[in-house]
Amino acid sequence: MPRTVEFPFLVDNTLPTFPNSGVKIGVVTFPGTLDDRDAARAARIAGAEVVPLWHADDSLQDVDAVIIPGGFSYGDYLRAGAISRFAPMMDKIVDAANSDAKLPVLGICNGFQILTESHLLPGSMIKNDHLHFICRDQQLKVENVNTRWTGLYEQDQVITIPLKNQDGQYVADAKTLDALEAEGRVVFRYEGLNPNGSRNNIAGITNEAGNVVGLMPHPEHAVEKGFGPDHTGTDGIYFFTSVIKHLLEASK
Amino acid sequence: MPRIVVDVMPKPEILDPQGKAIVGALPRLGFTAFSGVRQGKRFELTVDGKVTEEILAQAREAAATMLSNPVIEDVVAVTVVADAE
Amino acid sequence: MSAQKFNIDTVENAAATPGEEQPWAELGLKQDEYQRIVDLLGRRPTAAELAMYSVMWSEHCSYKSSKIHLKKFGAKLDEAMKKDMMVGIGENAGVTDLGDGWAVTFKVESHNHPSFVEPYQGAATGIGGIVRDIISMGARPVAVMDPLRFGAIDHPDTARLVHGIVSGIGGYGNSLGLPNIGGETVFDEVYQANPLVNALAVGVLRHEDLRLANASGVGNRVVLFGARTGGDGIGGASVLASESFDDTKPSKRPAVQVGDPFAEKVLIECCLELFKAELVEGIQDLGAAGISCATSELASNGDGGMQVELTDVLLRDPTLTPGEILMSESQERMMAVVTPAKAEAFEAVMAKWGVEYSWLGEVTDTGRLIITWDGETIVDVDPRSVAHDGPTYDRPQTRPARQDALQADTFRSSDAGASLPASGDELRSSLLELIASPNLCDKSWITNQYDRYVGGNTAQAMPDDAGVVRVDEASGMGVGLATDANGRYAYLDPYAGAQLALAESYRNVATTGAVPMAVTDCLNFGSPEDPEVMWQFVQAIDGLSDACLELQVPVTGGNVSLYNQTGTTAIHPTPVVGVLGRFDDVSRRTPSGWREEHDGEAIYLLGTTSDELDGSEFANLRGHLGGLPPKVDLQAEKTLGQILISASRDGMLDAAHDLSEGGLAAALSEMVLRHGVGARVNLEPLLQRDGVDAFTALFSESQGRVLVAVPRAEEERFADMVGMREYPALRLGVVDAESGALDVQDLFSVPVEELREANTATLAKHFG
Repeated sequence: MPRTVEFPFLVDNTLPTFPNSGVKIGVVTFPGTLDDRDAARAARIAGAEVVPLWHADDSLQDVDAVIIPGGFSYGDYLRAGAISRFAPMMDKIVDAANSDAKLPVLGICNGFQILTESHLLPGSMIKNDHLHFICRDQQLKVENVNTRWTGLYEQDQVITIPLKNQDGQYVADAKTLDALEAEGRVVFRYEGLNPNGSRNNIAGITNEAGNVVGLMPHPEHAVEKGFGPDHTGTDGIYFFTSVIKHLLEASK
Repeated sequence: MPRIVVDVMPKPEILDPQGKAIVGALPRLGFTAFSGVRQGKRFELTVDGKVTEEILAQAREAAATMLSNPVIEDVVAVTVVADAE
Repeated sequence: MSAQKFNIDTVENAAATPGEEQPWAELGLKQDEYQRIVDLLGRRPTAAELAMYSVMWSEHCSYKSSKIHLKKFGAKLDEAMKKDMMVGIGENAGVTDLGDGWAVTFKVESHNHPSFVEPYQGAATGIGGIVRDIISMGARPVAVMDPLRFGAIDHPDTARLVHGIVSGIGGYGNSLGLPNIGGETVFDEVYQANPLVNALAVGVLRHEDLRLANASGVGNRVVLFGARTGGDGIGGASVLASESFDDTKPSKRPAVQVGDPFAEKVLIECCLELFKAELVEGIQDLGAAGISCATSELASNGDGGMQVELTDVLLRDPTLTPGEILMSESQERMMAVVTPAKAEAFEAVMAKWGVEYSWLGEVTDTGRLIITWDGETIVDVDPRSVAHDGPTYDRPQTRPARQDALQADTFRSSDAGASLPASGDELRSSLLELIASPNLCDKSWITNQYDRYVGGNTAQAMPDDAGVVRVDEASGMGVGLATDANGRYAYLDPYAGAQLALAESYRNVATTGAVPMAVTDCLNFGSPEDPEVMWQFVQAIDGLSDACLELQVPVTGGNVSLYNQTGTTAIHPTPVVGVLGRFDDVSRRTPSGWREEHDGEAIYLLGTTSDELDGSEFANLRGHLGGLPPKVDLQAEKTLGQILISASRDGMLDAAHDLSEGGLAAALSEMVLRHGVGARVNLEPLLQRDGVDAFTALFSESQGRVLVAVPRAEEERFADMVGMREYPALRLGVVDAESGALDVQDLFSVPVEELREANTATLAKHFG
C-alpha cells in the first residue's frame, strides 16, 4: 500500500509515503513555537496536505489530525506549555480528541508539555536532572504500535531520532505510572541512556484511546536523509505515514 | 497598591533538580547547616483598588489552574499584602 | 507617568545658559570632542543631546579609532568581487547574491565585556543583537555560530564563565529556533579576565525583501515596537541622573542588559510578516545606543529629517530621564518607518503577535533630527553629525620592541623544544595528550547544549569543518560557513595571523565543497590607545584585506572590539574571520569523516609539510610561544579549494577534513573519531618527500593541507585532477573499519575507544 515517490529535495527516494493522500493535518503555531515549519514539512513529505492552525483561532478547519509542535511557547517562563493550554485552539483540540471521532493528536516536545498541561495526557515534565539543555541523537524503543501515530513501526523496534530540550524529565505519581505500564500506554522508552532522569525511562505516552500521543524527542527532525540523526536517519517519517495510513483505512 | 502573593512549591514527592543543585553547592561555600533546599515560585498579583473576597477567590482560582500545575506543584499560600512599599 | 517630574533641559534653556557645566568627561568624551559638539550646535548641547553624542561618538558606535583603517576593506575590491555583493560594509549586515532570486546576509559581532560581567545575559544578548541585525536586512535568520575564547581551563573563574556563557547562548538561541551550526572554543590564559564571546548569525531572503535602514518619504510615520524601554545597559550614564530631582528614582541603573528570547522570537515572526506584506519602508534594530542610534541613523540615511516625541516611548521604568531613554540598550526593540496609508495594517500585525508599539513621530525634509519632550524641544541636531560625523583618529602605531626577540625565539631553539618525542611510544602519548588538550578536545559538552536540528535544514554542524544549511528546499541550494582565528599566530605576526585565519576559514568552507563567496570579521584587540596594539590592529587589517583581494572574497561586514585587556596587558590580537560559501546542492557536501562503508578507501594527504611548529598547539602544550607562524600561500589555498570543490561536485570524495591546529595528528584522529572508524597510514613516503621526521609530520601546522578519503573507483580520476592542477598529493593509507584503531605503521596504534576517551573526558572533567 505505501508507494514510493520522488521528492526533489529528498536524497532518499525510497521512503514509503502516501503522495496526495488527501489527508489534512493541522499544525498549530503558538507565539514561541519553533518547530512548526519542520512538523509541516514532515507531514507534507509523508503525503498530507498541511493546514496551519493559529493558536488564537477557534476553528480546526476540518483537519483529520493535529500536530502540536515543539518550541518554547510563551517562553516557557511560567511552566512549559502552561499558558498555551488556555488558547482557544486548544479548547477545540481537547474537545475533538475526546469526542467520538477521536481526532488524532501528536504533541512533540513542547507539544507534549502542552498536552499534559491540558490533561489530555497524564504526568508532567520538569527540568532535566542534569539541568542542561540537551541535544542528541536518541535511541527509543517503540513499545506500543497500536496508536494512531505508531502503526507502521514494529513492536519493540529501536529507532533513533533527535532529542532537544531543557524540561524533558517525565514525572508522574506512582499510581499513574503503574496505570500507564499496566495499560501498555508507554509508547516510547529511552533506550541505551536515559537522557534526563525520566521516570521508568519514559519518552512518550498515549491516552487510553490511542489517538493522543505525546513524546519529548523529535520525529519531524528525522524524515529526510542528510538532515536527520548522523546525517542519515529517517526513522521519524513513520509517525506521519502511520496516521495517514490509519486515516485512509478508516475512511474506506 | 495592594498585592496578592501566591507561593508555589514543587510537591514534596517530586524531585526538585534546582533545589538539589543548590543543596549540593551550599557546603562548597561553607554553608554546612542545611540538609535540604527546595526552590519554589512566588507570584505577586497587583490589584488596583481594594482586595475584595471576590478578587481573592479569583486569585486562588488562578493559582490553582494556571500559576501552578497540580501534577507537580502545590499552592502553599495565597496572602494579601496590603501595603506596597 | 508625568513628564513634569524632570527638570527638562530644553534647547531654549541650553541657549540661555551657555556657561552651565556638563558631565562630558564622565560620559567618556574628550575635551576636544565636547568642544566639537558645541561648535556643531553653535551652543552647548542639552543634556539629551549630550547623551546622544556621547554614546554615538563612543569607540563602540563610531569606530573612531578603526574607521580610517577599515576603509581598506572597501578599497581593495575589484569588479569580480563586487559582482555578487548586494550590500557591503556599513549597513546592519552585508548581503550576497546566491542566484535564483535568493540572497544571504551574515555578520559576526562581539559581546565580550558584557559576557565577563554577567556571562549568561551577556552571551544571550549577544545572540539577540546579531540576530536583530539580520532581521533588519529583511532576512529570516536561519543559523547562528559562536566563536568563544576563555582563560585557562583550570582557572577557578573559567567554570563560571563557561557555564554562564554556554547556557546563555543556548538559552537564547535555542528559544529562537535557530540551529547553532558551529564555532570554536579556545582556552588561553590571555583571555582570563577578558573572554571573547563572538556571535555570528546568517539569514536568507528573496531579493525583493531586502530592507535598508533609512527613513524616506516626508510624512511617513516612525514607530518603535517590541519590548518596552527600561534602564538596561546605561550604568555608565548614571551621571545624567542630575537631570532628575525625583528622590525615589533608583540610584543605580544596571549596566547589564537582560534578554527575553521569547520576545525576540515573536519579533522575528512579526517582522517577517511586515516584510512579506510590504508594510515598512525602512527598519533599524535597536542595539548599542538604542534610540539615539536608530533615530540618527534612519534619519541621516534617508531624507535627512525626523521629528520624534520622546514621551510616547513605552517605558518599563517610568523614572527614566530623557537622556536615559535615548541611551537605553533595552533588548528586543525595533524602529520602523511606515507610510500613513499602511499604519492600520501595521497595527494589525502587531496585534496578531501581541507586540507593543508606539508611534513616535514622522519623517521630515528639514535635515534636522528634532526630539521633543512633552512638546518642548530637547534635541535639535543634524542627524549626520551624530551618526556619521563623529571624530576619527589616526592613532600612533609602534611595532613592539619585543617583536624581534619574540620572533627569534623559535620552538626548536627553546628549552621546551629541546627534547621532542621521537619513538613510537612517545609519539603515541603525545598524540593522546594533544587530542585531550583543552583546545583540541571534543567540544560536544558545549555543542550538545545547542539545538542543531531546528529548521530542518542543517546538513552539517559541529564538529564538521563548516556548518551547512539548506536555503532552497526545491533545489537543495545552500550555504556553508566557518569561523576561525588563531591568537597565537596573530601575536607572533599580526599581518600573517589575520591571513592565516582567513586561509583556514576559506579552506574549511572549501573542504565541504562550498564555493567561498564572502567574509565577515570580528577584530578583537586591546586598547587602541596603546601604540603597540594599534600596530597589531593595522597589521591585521592590512593582512586580511590583502588576502581577501587575493582569494577574491570580499568582506561584507563585521565588527571591531577594542579595549580587550586586563590592566595594561592586551589579549592576543584575535581577528575572527568567518567565510561563507555556496552549494548548488547541499546534498553534495563532503562529510568530515569516513564511515564503515568506506572501508578500504584510500586516504590522501593534499599539500606538503615543513617544519612549522612555532605557535603550534604542540608548542602551546609545552608552554612555548615564539618564532614565526606557518607560512601562508594564498595561491596554493585557492588551488586546493578548487580541487575540493570540483571533487565534491563530481562526487569523488567520501570524506575530507582540513589540517590546522594540531596538524596531521589532530586531523587523522578527528576523522577516525567522527564515526568511530579506524585507519591505517604509513608516514614513510611523506617523511621522504618532505624531508621531515615523524614528529614534524604529525604535529607541524603547515598550511594548505587537507586529508581526503577517495573511493577506489575514483582514485585514478582524482589523482589526475589533482595532478593537472599540480597540487602535491600523497597516498597515506586506507580506511580500516575492522582494525578499530588508528594505526600509524611502524610507529604506534591507538584503539578508537582509547582515542575517544582521551578526546571526550576533558570538558566533562572540568565542567561536567
